[in-house]
This record gives sequence, C-alpha cells and structure tokens, in this order.
Amino acid sequence: MGSLKIENVKKAFGPVEVLKGIDLQVNDGEFVVFVGPSGCGKSTLLRVIAGLEDSTSGRVLIDGADVSVTPPAKRGIAMVFQTYALYPHLTVKNNMALGLKQAGTPTAEIERRIKIASAMLSLEPYLERRPAELSGGQRQRVAIGRAVVREPKLFLFDEPLSNLDAALRVNTRLEIAQLHRRLKATMIYVTHDQVEAMTLADKIVVLNAGRIEQIGSPMELYNAPANEFVAGFIGSPKMNFIDGARLGETAKTVGVRPEHLTVDANSGAWKGTVVHAEHLGADTNVYLDCEKAGLITVRIFGVYNAEPGATLYVTPDAAKTYRFGADGKVLR
Amino acid sequence: MSTATRSLPRTIGAHAILITYTMIALFPVVLVVMNSFKSRAGIFGAPLTPPTPKTFDLIGYTTVFGQGDFVHYFQNSLVVTVLSLFFVLLFGAMAAFALSEYRFRGNTLMGLYLALGIMIPIRLGTVAILQLMVATGLVNTLAALILVYTAQGLPLAIFILSEFMKQVSDDLKNAGRIDGLSEYTIFFRLVLPLVRPAMATVAVFTMIPIWNDLWFPLILAPSEETKTVTLGAQLFLGQFVTNWNAILAALSLAILPVLILYVIFSRQLIRGITSGAVK
Ligand SMILES: Nc1ncnc2c1ncn2[C@@H]1O[C@H](COP(=O)(O)OP(=O)(O)OP(=O)(O)O)[C@@H](O)[C@H]1O
Ligand SMILES: [Mg+2]
Repeated sequence: MGSLKIENVKKAFGPVEVLKGIDLQVNDGEFVVFVGPSGCGKSTLLRVIAGLEDSTSGRVLIDGADVSVTPPAKRGIAMVFQTYALYPHLTVKNNMALGLKQAGTPTAEIERRIKIASAMLSLEPYLERRPAELSGGQRQRVAIGRAVVREPKLFLFDEPLSNLDAALRVNTRLEIAQLHRRLKATMIYVTHDQVEAMTLADKIVVLNAGRIEQIGSPMELYNAPANEFVAGFIGSPKMNFIDGARLGETAKTVGVRPEHLTVDANSGAWKGTVVHAEHLGADTNVYLDCEKAGLITVRIFGVYNAEPGATLYVTPDAAKTYRFGADGKVLR
Repeated sequence: MSTATRSLPRTIGAHAILITYTMIALFPVVLVVMNSFKSRAGIFGAPLTPPTPKTFDLIGYTTVFGQGDFVHYFQNSLVVTVLSLFFVLLFGAMAAFALSEYRFRGNTLMGLYLALGIMIPIRLGTVAILQLMVATGLVNTLAALILVYTAQGLPLAIFILSEFMKQVSDDLKNAGRIDGLSEYTIFFRLVLPLVRPAMATVAVFTMIPIWNDLWFPLILAPSEETKTVTLGAQLFLGQFVTNWNAILAALSLAILPVLILYVIFSRQLIRGITSGAVK
C-alpha cells in the first residue's frame, strides 16, 4: 500500500501552463524528492497529488485507483506545509486529533496514535499548548505529528524545513529520515535545497519549468546527469560549464565539477589567476580566471593557501568530464 | 515604548494634540449629556455650566419615560441595528470568502459589482424601495428597515473583508481540507477568527449610520409600533415649541447602546491586533 502513479498530468492557470505533462511512478515505501528552481511547479504538482488543485488533464492513481474525483481527506494522504499551517485556536493535541475526529476515529484510538506520535517527535511536554506558544522547530514537529497520526498511505512535504534556521534544519532533516525508516511509508518531499534532496531521497525528480528533466537516485544524478540543467542543479558548488569551442572541442559545452579538478602551482592543462578563495575548513573553494576556460571554481579538500593574484594550473579529470550538445543533452 | 524611542518634548506634543482633539470631539456630547440633567431655565440661562443643585432637574428623563413609548422605540432601534449588523457581517464575510477563495468565471466582475454600492448612496433609490416595500406589504415593519440596512452595509463590508481574507494563509485552509473539514467549517472556524479585527472595524462602520438614521424609519416605518429612537425623539421637536429637556434626555439615552456595542467591538479589534502573527 502506498504507491503513486502520475500519468501525463498537465495544469494551466488561465493561459499559463505550469505543468506540461508529468509522468511519474512512485513505489511503495519510497522516499521521493522533487527538486527544481523556484516557480518550476513543484508545489503545484504536490497540490494536484493532494487533490487541493484539479489537474487540467491527466490522471493521478494512488494504489492503482484513480483519485481524480476523490476529495483530499479521502485520498489517504497527509501533508506538511512550509508555513506549518497549524490551527491557531487549538492545542497541539487537538491539532493532531482534528483530522481523525473528522474521520470518525474512536477516541481511544486517537489517544493511542497521538501518544505514539508525540513520543516519536518528543512533543509530550507541549500537548496542551497552543501553536503561538511554541518555537518554529516545535511547530514544524507538531505539523509532522499531525501528518503521522493519520497513518496515511502517502506523506507529502512541501518545503517543510525552509522556515527553520540552519542547525534546526539539520536536526529536523534527520528526524524525517528516521521517521521514514520507522514508518516505512511512502513520502514525497518538495525542496529547492539540493543537500536535503541528496541526503533524504531514494529517488530524486528534477523539475524545470513544468517538465521532468531527470529521475534517478542521488548518485545517478550526480554521476550521470542527462543534461546540462541537471548537471548544474545537482552538486555544490555548481558544475563549471565551459564553452566547447574555446577548448577546441566539438561539443557545445563542456562540464566539469569543481571537485574533479586538480590544481598545481607549476604545470597543468589550463593556466589561471586566483580571483578569490573561500576557506571552509574541510575544503577550500578557489575561483580562478583561466585563459582558456574563463572563470571556474575549484574545490580542494582540506586547507589550501591561495592568494588572490597568484598563478595556478588546473587539470580536469578526463573520466569525469561531461560533454553537452547544442540541445543541452549529454553526449556519450 | 522603550526609553530609547521616547523623547519628552515629542511625547508632550503628541499628547497635547490628542487631548485637544478629544476635547473638541467630546464637547457636543458632553454638552448634550450635561444639559439633559438641567431644568429648562438652566439650559437657556447657562448652557455651558454643569448642573448645579439649583438647576438640576430630571424633568427631561421623566418626560421621555412618561410620554410616548420610549422603551419600545429603544427596542426597535436595537433590534434593527443588531439584526442588520448580523446579516451584514454574515453575508458580507461569506461573499468576501467566495470572492477571495474560489476561482470562478466573472469573479473580478462580481467583486466590482458588489463594491459599486460604496459609491452610490442607497437613498437615491428611496422611491423604488418604498414602492417595493408597499408591493411586498413590508411598510411599517422592522423587516423593511433590516433589509434596507443590510443592503446598505454589504458593499463596504465585502470590500474590506475580501481584502483581509486574501491574506489568510492558503496553507491553513488546505490543511483543513486535508483533515476533512467542510468549506463551511474552514470558513467559520479557521478564517473568521483570523479576520476578527476586520469584522470589528466593519461592525463599527456599519452600526453607527444605522443607529443614527432618520431617513428610512421616517419613510418606511413611521408607525407607532415600529418607530426607532431617532424618529421617536422627533416627537419633542415641535413646529412652535420644542421640548429641549426631553430631546436632550432622549439623545443622551440613545448614546448608551451604541457605546456598549462599540466597547464590545473595539475589544475584539485590540485582541485581534495583539494576538500575533499566523506563522
Ligand atoms: N493560483 C495560481 N494562479 C496562477 N498562477 C499560479 C498559481 N499558483 C501557482 N502559480 C504559478 O505556477 C508556477 C509554479 O508555482 P509553484 O508554487 O508550483 O512553484 P514552486 O516550484 O513550488 O516554487 P517555490 O520553490 O518558489 O515554492 C509559478 O510560476 C506560479 O506563479
Ligand atoms: Mg513551492
């Protein structure tokens, strides 16, 4: 239980086509992450799955059943929102209970589920408080708890961490990963943070301008991006893209990740001048202005002293260099 | 206010302006209330002095309660005002929710049409309204007044409330939908409490013109049974002799119910503002 199938889903707001034909299969128990730049239609797709928005055409199947005319509450889903969306007039406990009460679940069963969920998310001390009396991290845990108690077939998360500060984000990310392992439920998670995508996903769906660019495991996307967009979107710092003509290549664009470049003070393929260096402790990002390749980023592991203005040579790892054609697709 | 943002001359200046304005605004009210407790000679002899043991007289109040059916007029006013207010808030909020929440054909046009009433005074239609009321047999009923006042209050209510409802978080409404709440529950339990300050503002703006109106009671419901306070007070305004004691007493009494309603709504207003952000 808990599989999802999307067939050629399109969504237009008036004349603006936001989703341009999405096909996707999510298997039971999978953790699928939708990533993509702002405005590419991630939230819209999630809302179509939830039934909060009607698709213009196409079908959504949950567990093999077409849910096009099923209201959100009957789809067996639960959703966690970016702005938490807790009911301000209800206590934490009643926030979690409301959906179950609406569904006519017996009180004892509601109590049992709330007990389990609040223990799982360490919410016990706050059960009688109202959302206004909680911190941001606690509120988001309540929102997750509200989803957990419904025991849904499908969890939908819409950027649940983006209102939290960096430290809390790491913690909550960990909690969500543990939750997935414990509940073995199917989860769909929207983010534009690629670290979240890489760390949480079994399968990443990269969206751009209403289309799926590529679907794959994090490592597949990292090692074998299908096109320039995915190559640039996955990985941080971003992949360097160099005009093929400048390197005397037939490909339109040549791409190489900052971590697949080696530097040397004396010799190498491309000669460049240090523009700036970022020292992060574990690694150093050096920005080089190369005669042949233009401005590129090099990621060096550990501490590396590079003074702006100094001359350095870089060599790309030939096995990890990508070539893209004029249509942006990778050339093999 | 923190000490860092406080400056003495500025505080004094601001208070001086506010106090002056308050005095100007309250002066007529105080004058009415003060003189309502004086004898006729007292009112004309020294209108600006408070009642002294010599001029103190409750004749105005005894006339008001003795003559005419003032308690009944009060009841009428209160029934008309409260019911009109209730309908304006209920229908105004519902229309505003529909306009701000649902995408349907002609949404914008409908919003404009409903807001048009703000610019066109309802009194222009008095003749047609009177004909309508005669035809439906509603002349000399409180229902006639309630219907007219509801129509009069709706445009502004819809206009203000739909702006506020657009601000209510979509996520919250969607969370409700996923939890299986009906659209009515979402409206009454989630959205209405969040726009309470706006509702209070609309209530105050709607209530005062209704309470004070003389025009429609005079035209649509002038019978003894349906007289409102403002119309009832006209009783003492003769062509040759005016019973000032009674008029002032009636006006002083008429202030009370609005004052009470205002206090109720303004408390809501302040609670709404201080209840904190949604997030
Ligand atoms: N109700 C709506 N009416 C019209 N256009 C809309 C509506 N909702 C979304 N859009 C448009 O659809 C596009 C996709 O929106 P969506 O919210 O799905 O983006 P997103 O990928 O979630 O972006 P973000 O990362 O910023 O949340 C945007 O260009 C947006 O302007
Ligand atoms: Mg979004």
